[in-house]
Amino acid sequence: MAATTPQVTAGAHGHAQKGMDTALMGMMLFIASEIMFFAGLFGAYFTFRGQAQVWPPQGFEVEPFPLPAILTVILVTSSFTMQYATIAIRRGDRTAMNRALAVTLLLGLIFLAGQLYDYSNLPFSIRSGVYGSLFFTMTGFHGAHVLGGAIGIFVVLSRGVSGQFSKEHHVAVEAVHWYWHFVDVVWIALFFTLYFLR
Amino acid sequence: MATTVLPRATTYSRSRVYEWLTTTDHKKIGIMYVASSYLFMCLGGLLALGIRTQLAVPNDTLIPNALYNQLFTMHGTTMIFFFVMPMLAGFANYAMPLMIGAADMAFPRINALSFWIIPVSGLLLFSGFAFGGAASAGWTSYSPLAEAKYSGIGQDLWILALLLNGMSSILGAINMLVTIFKLRAPGMTMLRLPIFVWTVLVTAVLLVFAVPVLASGLVMLFIDRNYGGSFFDPAAGGDAILWQNVFWFFGHPEVYIMILPAFGIISEVLPVFSRKPLFGYKAFVLATVSIGVLGFGVWAHHMFATGAVYLPFFSAATFLISVPTGVKMFNWVATMWRGKLRFTTSMLFAVGFLISFLIGGLDGAFAASTPVDFDITDTYWVVSHLHYVLFGGSAMAIMAGTYYWFPKMVGRMLDERLGKVHFTLMFVGLQLTFFPMHLLGLAGMPRRIAEYAPTVWQPLNVVATIGAFTIAASMLPFLWNMFTALRRPADAPDDPWDANTLEWATSSPPPPYNFERLPEVRSERPLFDLKHPELRKPATAAAVVVNPGSGH
Repeated sequence: MAATTPQVTAGAHGHAQKGMDTALMGMMLFIASEIMFFAGLFGAYFTFRGQAQVWPPQGFEVEPFPLPAILTVILVTSSFTMQYATIAIRRGDRTAMNRALAVTLLLGLIFLAGQLYDYSNLPFSIRSGVYGSLFFTMTGFHGAHVLGGAIGIFVVLSRGVSGQFSKEHHVAVEAVHWYWHFVDVVWIALFFTLYFLR
Repeated sequence: MATTVLPRATTYSRSRVYEWLTTTDHKKIGIMYVASSYLFMCLGGLLALGIRTQLAVPNDTLIPNALYNQLFTMHGTTMIFFFVMPMLAGFANYAMPLMIGAADMAFPRINALSFWIIPVSGLLLFSGFAFGGAASAGWTSYSPLAEAKYSGIGQDLWILALLLNGMSSILGAINMLVTIFKLRAPGMTMLRLPIFVWTVLVTAVLLVFAVPVLASGLVMLFIDRNYGGSFFDPAAGGDAILWQNVFWFFGHPEVYIMILPAFGIISEVLPVFSRKPLFGYKAFVLATVSIGVLGFGVWAHHMFATGAVYLPFFSAATFLISVPTGVKMFNWVATMWRGKLRFTTSMLFAVGFLISFLIGGLDGAFAASTPVDFDITDTYWVVSHLHYVLFGGSAMAIMAGTYYWFPKMVGRMLDERLGKVHFTLMFVGLQLTFFPMHLLGLAGMPRRIAEYAPTVWQPLNVVATIGAFTIAASMLPFLWNMFTALRRPADAPDDPWDANTLEWATSSPPPPYNFERLPEVRSERPLFDLKHPELRKPATAAAVVVNPGSGH
């Protein structure tokens, strides 16, 4: 090369960008792969359900009311508060965003605590046959994802409190908000599959 | 024009080791991917030599049966997850951002993470040998064999290693997709992407959708083995076939994950050394996409003999997917037809790929036909088929890619004479090793057995073993070639092959920021356009004046 002065005329990050933000696209694809992970678990569930004469097996009839239903309401509500946080920062309202994020985090943690309490009261465990394995694996991995989402919310909340987000720059909030909706939708699918679609 | 004068970046000394350990440069990461993959290839190759040595003599007692099981399990797992996949990821990492005119990947630090997971998970996998035996249930780990009752701690390490490895694949794939979607140079539209980039794109989609399904299966198997779950053990009410369904739902797209980027490499090498554009670019793109889509609908052809799958659908879908593959074969042959062929080592490997992959494709069609498959399932016919497509296909393309991109990667040419010795030994060794396995399969020899009675199987096994050692010997001139090249001063020109794509429009090796200036992109061969302005259509001639030359 003849030129000696590094003169970057076309850099990756210099290209004019249209459409979805780069980081947000990464999060969307990550959520797509997460959906496939749960699809594998749901596939296993419906395989066993299709083979069984009686489903759920005797002694494994889990009750949707009251606790699982209450937890569902809590998690769905948290999706709305998360959405509100995102709308708030799109307007540039940091205070409202921080408050909504804090409420979302709290609701998520209540959900997790409630699920642990529910676990302790179930008459079966992960060791008690196929249904036990399925129930605890599916809800357990969902719980782990709720915890992951809660950690994400904690991170954006602490960044939000220190004033790092603005109307223009808040892609982390957008990304976490999509992840939180994903976690919520998986729960709704789980709730109806495990408790109603018998 | 107003210019901002930036202060000259001060150079401060950092050790080269530190530089490589902490780099987020896609080129350095790509080179590390390739180097680590060659290391794992040698390890996996040594395991294969153990297998072939054992099988050279009937009733051989050289290798105990338990160890033999570990050898073929670790050979398969290593070659698939630690050689072919990371190698292709390495080429994609190195070449793809250059080909689309980007300065780096979209997420450079995640890129470094994706790479560094590979050696860690490899260590985890191989540590089984130190803890009472590595995984030994085959690379497919069918249950109940892979359950706690029959397999030791090596199986758990195998599960954890593949979970980690899968995380690396998913993160890498997301990175590739976002890079292709967001960081293309101006003018680089989707239908001007070099064909290698297209194959990387489709492969990345397959990875994002297939690998998590394997992860779900691995998690269930891990719960079975360690927490008293009963997913896959029929004795506990589980379903052994479910594992096969979950595994192959990943496993068949995986086949295309390992071959599509290889197709891409061949589709870059053949046009360059035939002095012609790729025949039927759009048909090729369409064929690649259809393989990606159909690849999710053929997994159960690995399970015909279970009797638990709907044969007509999966047989028909399998025949269907051979159509776009056949289209590609036609593209390649037509590209070479009446071309000005230059038989460099890279080109020889590409032609070797065409021959071997054709054989692998044809014997695969036999296995797609259910009545034939019932007879040859789990015999050496299958071993032959999968090695013809993976070694004759992927590995030959990897070699072609290595000879093709080596000058760009390190700025030094590989010796062509040594390269031709390498090609000859490897190609002959490949045919010697894997062709007799067809006959062994037809003669009924099952795969994965450590001993056999002295029958007609013996001479064929001897030939295969000779072939395996020929392949091993072919690696010596190759490694020597790379070693001596790296000790020479840099001598490679920017564009040694008179190539078409953007990675050759910058220096060899490229500067950290890749391009000082980008040529205009008006077709899928921007560098060719730049070198041959006389071939421009009059409609675009005006643009030449606006942006004259690129400093080459």
